[in-house]
Amino acid sequence: MKRSRILAAGIAVSMMTMALAPQAAEVERGAVLTTSCFACHSIDTTGNMPNLVGYPRDLLVSQMQAFKDGSRPGTIMNRLAKGYSDEEIVLIADHFATIQ
Amino acid sequence: MTNFSRRNFLKTVGIGGAATVAGLGCAVPGGASSARGAHVVVVGGGSGGATAAKYLKRFSPDMDVTLIEPNATYHTCYGSNWVLGGHAQMDDIAQTYDALQSRHGVKVVQDSVTEIDPARRTVKTASGSSMTYDRLVLSPGIDFRYDAVPGITAEDAERIPHAWKAGAQTVLLRRQLEAMPDGGVFVMVAPGNPFRCPPGPYERASMVAHYFKQAKPRSKIIILDNKENFSKQGLFMAGWEQHYGDMIEWVPSSRGGQVEEVDAANLTTISDGGFTTFKADVLNYIPPQTAGAIAMQTGLAGDGFWCPVNQMTFESSIHPGIHVIGDSSVAGAMPKSGHSANNQAKVAAAAISRELAGLEPLSPSTANTCYSLITPDHAISVAAVYTYKDGAMAGVAGAGGVSPADAPASVRQMEAIYTKGWYDGITGDIWG
Repeated sequence: MKRSRILAAGIAVSMMTMALAPQAAEVERGAVLTTSCFACHSIDTTGNMPNLVGYPRDLLVSQMQAFKDGSRPGTIMNRLAKGYSDEEIVLIADHFATIQ
Repeated sequence: MTNFSRRNFLKTVGIGGAATVAGLGCAVPGGASSARGAHVVVVGGGSGGATAAKYLKRFSPDMDVTLIEPNATYHTCYGSNWVLGGHAQMDDIAQTYDALQSRHGVKVVQDSVTEIDPARRTVKTASGSSMTYDRLVLSPGIDFRYDAVPGITAEDAERIPHAWKAGAQTVLLRRQLEAMPDGGVFVMVAPGNPFRCPPGPYERASMVAHYFKQAKPRSKIIILDNKENFSKQGLFMAGWEQHYGDMIEWVPSSRGGQVEEVDAANLTTISDGGFTTFKADVLNYIPPQTAGAIAMQTGLAGDGFWCPVNQMTFESSIHPGIHVIGDSSVAGAMPKSGHSANNQAKVAAAAISRELAGLEPLSPSTANTCYSLITPDHAISVAAVYTYKDGAMAGVAGAGGVSPADAPASVRQMEAIYTKGWYDGITGDIWG
């Protein structure tokens, strides 16, 4: 009985790791950072903000940079884009390009 | 654990199914059907809680997520001012939990939590059931401090609505406004800082003015404030003058806006030691606020009114294992808004998913966007981006801010279109 308990506990721990480990890759910085954008740019196609699901990576980077430096006018993205570093903009663009 | 992940596990470790099931039978009380994925209980199905439940499943599909919310239909506080102004109906601000269950695999329980035991990691509900959690996400919104001003109690809200939690209170205030004669006075007592939705009282005044202008143009709106300034003040006051002339009067603390007592029977407020009174035809008293009752009761606010958290994970500084998000939390520079709650929920969900996978939390980045309607075609906004800095969420310097003061009508109209788009987008992100 004692042995089987230890075995069982070991299995339970392994199983938990197995169950969660494959998901860990998705909870990386780019993925989490981008979820902030989903509040307005819904990935459920609700609302009237541009749909960025699968948006071309380089285009998203260039548009964010244009909002950030003021060369593209906007109502609110020109204010928000200034809050992200160049590295963060690339992470966001990479993530939007990969989601379906 | 789901069948899918059990199969995966068996394949990975390559041992006999029978032996494993026998092993599980010993390890798990209740047998092999009990989940071995972690169980996260989310309390409160508003903007914070519903988002947390959805994103926990998104980040960790094998996790068991239970959302406990007393209402089958939730009315968002944002948008409720549009109902007061006759610009939207209650159905337009109603949200349900169908998609969370059917699309995202969240177990939704219609019940209310009456007790949380942080040491045993259990919650008890009004229906008498009890459940254990590995992690708890608490998003209970706000509660009211009716003891702050003498002469008015929680019971008076049936006659003097706060309408600061949407639903029956919104309907009540709308009916009172409809019943008010032309030439009447609508008095709103705005809450002291910090409170849910900082621009909310001023959008409310705008929407009520929009209604009065059409239906009872000789009426008056008085905002009594214990503050000397308020969110988007310049933009609101310019918009009021442009669209409503002198219909709206804002009375700051220094000019008698600090209400010291309410004569509830006579719908009258008293300030300046009794020297200043305002008699209302419709009185909207919005009390000072605290963290939601269940958070207060669990001791999560300590000696204060709001719950301190580690702002990197939103885990309580008082009770480990409980993440407090949304209006109830102390979140640095982030305002108490549905948008903030939505973003904080994602931070907490990611932190919980990573921790259960043995990973360190990420340094969070969040945003807040808040649109306010001055008329259905004239909106203004405030936006900010926040990062974790020196132990708190702080606004990124140089980013964010309010709509430009000199914007043409076309920009105000564009922002009004985006106001509706924002509502549809964020409610889809939360409940869709």
